[in-house]
Amino acid sequence: MKNILIIAAKEIQEGMRNRWVLATTLLLAALALTLSFLGSAPTGNVGVDPLDIVVVSLSSLTIFLVPLIALVLSHDAIVGEMERGTMLLLLSYPIGRRQVIFGKFLGHLAILSFATLFGYGAAALALAITGTAISSDSLLAFAAMIGSSVLLGAVFIAIGYLISTLAAERSTAGGIAIGIWLFFVLIYDMALLGGLVVAQGKPLPSGLLDLLLVVNPTDAYRLLNLGSGNASALSGMGGLAGQTALSPLILLLALLVWIIAPLTLATTLFSRREL
Amino acid sequence: MTATVSITDAGKCYGKVEAVKHVSFTLNEGETVALVGHNGAGKTTLIKLMLGLIRPGRGSVRVLGEDPATGDFAVRQRLGYLPESVSFHMALTGRETLAFYARLKRVDIGEGNALFERVGLANEAVDRPVRTYSKGMRQRLGLAQALLGQPRILLLDEPTSGLDPALRRQFYDLITDLRSTGTTILLSSHALTELEDRADRVIIVNGGLKAADGTLEDLRRLARLPTRIGVTLADGKNAADLGASDATWRTTGDRTLEAAVQPENKIALLHQVTAHPAVITGLHVMEPSLDDVYAHFLAGQVKTP
Repeated sequence: MKNILIIAAKEIQEGMRNRWVLATTLLLAALALTLSFLGSAPTGNVGVDPLDIVVVSLSSLTIFLVPLIALVLSHDAIVGEMERGTMLLLLSYPIGRRQVIFGKFLGHLAILSFATLFGYGAAALALAITGTAISSDSLLAFAAMIGSSVLLGAVFIAIGYLISTLAAERSTAGGIAIGIWLFFVLIYDMALLGGLVVAQGKPLPSGLLDLLLVVNPTDAYRLLNLGSGNASALSGMGGLAGQTALSPLILLLALLVWIIAPLTLATTLFSRREL
Repeated sequence: MTATVSITDAGKCYGKVEAVKHVSFTLNEGETVALVGHNGAGKTTLIKLMLGLIRPGRGSVRVLGEDPATGDFAVRQRLGYLPESVSFHMALTGRETLAFYARLKRVDIGEGNALFERVGLANEAVDRPVRTYSKGMRQRLGLAQALLGQPRILLLDEPTSGLDPALRRQFYDLITDLRSTGTTILLSSHALTELEDRADRVIIVNGGLKAADGTLEDLRRLARLPTRIGVTLADGKNAADLGASDATWRTTGDRTLEAAVQPENKIALLHQVTAHPAVITGLHVMEPSLDDVYAHFLAGQVKTP
């Protein structure tokens, strides 16, 4: 365990030195602030809690941005160190390969959590300071959104490590990472929509739809944040959420499986790898 | 002498390439051994086997009595390793880098300052990012991390490649200091010449096989390479005046001659040549260089018992 913490601390140290932490936090904060102030303008005084609107707009943003940040952070983790030659030296130390991956995971997750918490937190804080009334329900939804955003980030960090273990070169890993991002964030949903259009209103068996939504971690995240409470009415996801049997618990579990499975596969492959 | 590393009939394949075929040797406490071979001869693979980074496909590797590739890697606590063309995390400073490796080895970080002094890494450089380091400084930092925790075995993979002669010399002085502490030092290199007087023993590998193993004296003897004796003749004298007609003299320049002679005939020939001091004005005895010995073993694949 101590080795894992040593590696994690080094990743964080490096992240701070490379301005990675600063850059991602500022990026998320800037976008969150923009969305929360521009986004609250059109609603006027219709009795909707402004923070709910922020939750809706921020989670839509998260679906694009957080996986991208996570993949950029993680795709290089193994293959990059291999190529630079630092991995060889590291593995000659009394440390297991699993510990290396778990340590990196912990470090990268900490960086991403920090950026999400403070970047998005800035938006909530700004709303509070400008005198907007925030109900405790909305605050809870906001906290849940930050938590699940970190989970979504963790999913893509884990996927990034798997890519990084499989790829023989950094550039390959980068290419695969972009492909994976495009697939989960854009292509998958477009294909799903296309499929529904082709089906011409023939009702899809609801079990199949549920499965299709859980298989993509970004959809699980979307449903988790936009499928309940005030957000569902605002985002129009309520209609879909009403159709599925997916409870928040199942969605959370789906995200957890999406973290554990790639991470396990990555550590197993990395442990067997010949240097 | 206690063996710290023993490799028995080890073999290792990467796909279809047999990087190491059948190699056996032992390294003893306090011994400095040079592992010499061409690029791609299997030196780095052997070092990786000793580190437990890869598992042998055949045979066994024992380091300090244990298999380095299994268990809780306790063996690696007592190992120091300097990889070929070592690299570090560019954004961290030298001090942070060494502190990171010290933590992994559970060594008191306070030891770091003494190590920086020992490897000659200047104080003002220690707190600069590694990105700004020259090759020599990086190599010093590499050596500092290898020396963490007073290792019993030091594996140095081409430690002097790319260093300037002054640095190289300093580097070997450091190695000499370490020898006296009972550390086993394995130096890999593709140049034998610079290892003269530095290594107790030389192991030559070629094409994944051990081509020779012994002290430099042993290797010289086994190779039976001729010593070359060169003379400069005095004015008006010729080869016949030398009185050494058993040797075949070869003209190498204006009034210089050279003969190759087997080790056992060397003294006799020298005696003959110097019997008439008036005939010659100069005399050189050229023992076979280490590179000659090396080339001989690589060409002939002579196996030593």
